[in-house]
Amino acid sequence: MKGRLHGISQAVAGITFIVAAALCQGAESLDSIIIDAGYDQQTKIAVVPFRAGPEFGDREPLSDIIGFDLARSGQFAPTERGNMLSFPAERAEVFFRDWRILGVEYLVVGRVTAEFNGDVSVSYELYDVTNGRAMAEERLTAPLAKWRDLGHTIADVVFEAITGVRGAFSTRILYVLAQNPGTEYARYRLEMADSDGARARTLLTSDEPIMSPSWSPDAQRAAYVTFETGRPVIALQNVATGERELLPHFPGINGSPIFSPDGRSLAVVLSRDGNPEIYLMNLADYRLRQITRHHGIDTEPSWTPDGRSLIFTSDRGGRPQIYQVELATNFVERLTFEGRYNARARLLPDGVHLVFVHRRDGTDHIAWQDLERNDLRVLTETALDESPSLAPNGTMLIYATQDQGRGILAVVSIDGRVKYRLPSSSGDVREPAWSPFIDGLKSAF
Amino acid sequence: MLKRQIGFITLLVAAALLVGCQTPEPTPEPAPPTDTRPISTPPPTPEPPTFNDNMEPYYPGTTKLLPRVFYFELDKAVIDQADLEALETHARVLMDNPRRRVMVEGHCDERGTREYNLALGERRSDAVSSFLKAAGVPASRIETVSYGEERPEDPGHTEAAWSRNRRAVMIYR
Repeated sequence: MKGRLHGISQAVAGITFIVAAALCQGAESLDSIIIDAGYDQQTKIAVVPFRAGPEFGDREPLSDIIGFDLARSGQFAPTERGNMLSFPAERAEVFFRDWRILGVEYLVVGRVTAEFNGDVSVSYELYDVTNGRAMAEERLTAPLAKWRDLGHTIADVVFEAITGVRGAFSTRILYVLAQNPGTEYARYRLEMADSDGARARTLLTSDEPIMSPSWSPDAQRAAYVTFETGRPVIALQNVATGERELLPHFPGINGSPIFSPDGRSLAVVLSRDGNPEIYLMNLADYRLRQITRHHGIDTEPSWTPDGRSLIFTSDRGGRPQIYQVELATNFVERLTFEGRYNARARLLPDGVHLVFVHRRDGTDHIAWQDLERNDLRVLTETALDESPSLAPNGTMLIYATQDQGRGILAVVSIDGRVKYRLPSSSGDVREPAWSPFIDGLKSAF
Repeated sequence: MLKRQIGFITLLVAAALLVGCQTPEPTPEPAPPTDTRPISTPPPTPEPPTFNDNMEPYYPGTTKLLPRVFYFELDKAVIDQADLEALETHARVLMDNPRRRVMVEGHCDERGTREYNLALGERRSDAVSSFLKAAGVPASRIETVSYGEERPEDPGHTEAAWSRNRRAVMIYR
């Protein structure tokens, strides 16, 4: 862990350990999360182990999933189990004084029961310890396979009840796992995992590179680039069923696929006419509309939240910088001016803040820019940082970086103060894509 | 190397046969061998092959391999002056061997973003392809593909590794 340790590191250390053990069940899952930095003032919350029958004894405790989700936000310091004075599972067993003594501000208690049809039911309450009021209470029922989703769903509710910001713990991430890259045994996998890196599963395995995964707005499909034909081709894949199609492709680059906010079209980069340009592909009839027309490299499109413009990378000014093109008029405007390399931008849901790769002193970092005030701030200090992807609530972003020569994923809060890493022991992990909001209990995956 | 040895051995055998001819031994020979090779003159020195077994071309008339990998500066797709002679020779090899085709791969180092690098890699393969076309090679015999930074030659993260990875590679078919 790094020097800038705050309360979170001590509070979370115990939990990290527990979660690490639990995550090992999926061999390909990302390893335990290493939290590098959090806020100075963290909300103290106690998530008491939920009461559950012995039939759930070998399951990852829901209280661990919830507590760790909250800890990862950097805003919460969950109380370690060993420091709890009692283990209430319902209102009648709660003595708020026990929790005030510990300085705990919020308390989550719950209990798990098995349904006759094999489903699992969880009842839980969130209390404000200062006044004893219930801020949230709910009974959730889901198939046993949704065990972790139950935990993430409760964490989402607790996070929103306390912070007012919608929780994004039920989301998933897509990423590329590269094994033995640079050798003849290279193998590439497109992976999908929980937002905490657990429950990874492989959507595609190939001996040829896989690039640029992104999500459809309904989180049902992934778009990505595959070299399985020996050339870059764009594929769409249903993440639940695995059903897949290769889109019509052209000579040269077929790359950078990214769904429009309405899900009806895909912004792509094609170099079929000899030069990389941005096009829109209508997914109903595959018809193309050319958006950019410039002899420079135009690539890495992403959408403004209103769907009216694209943000993209272009070296039309001599060096890669971020531009915006309005789709109705094809009017192009340059957005970044600081530095000699700015690329692969994504807009926050507010449409005003931009995150992108920014080169400083020859090293690539993730940076943030307020488009109204035009101030640029570097969020990461590591080297070879790339592929920033925003959580749908705009509070955090996940990106790829290097750690001891290995590609890992890392997360940083938009204000740069919360940081954690998701390494993998399975190979180089890269190109993370954070999903839109998902109803984890209803999703088909 | 193997071919050179075979050529050398052929010469040795021919020399041995010639020596045999000159020996004034009157002993009647058994039935002449069915070998129909003329033994009165040595075979002509074989023309060095154009390609080795891996379809890698030699400098014409030599046994020295032509470089097939050309390196680039960071974020640049400009062919190094020092590579022009080798590329001209490739153009000559292609024109002298009209059944041969070439695939030009473009690659980048890991710095910079992946999709931008895919485009930059294409610029590098295009630079080589354009040179060959300008030198007279029909476009129909040149293909290009960019792998961006996805297929490093050297998986390291040092300046030395990066300089090896910023490259265009010619693969004959």
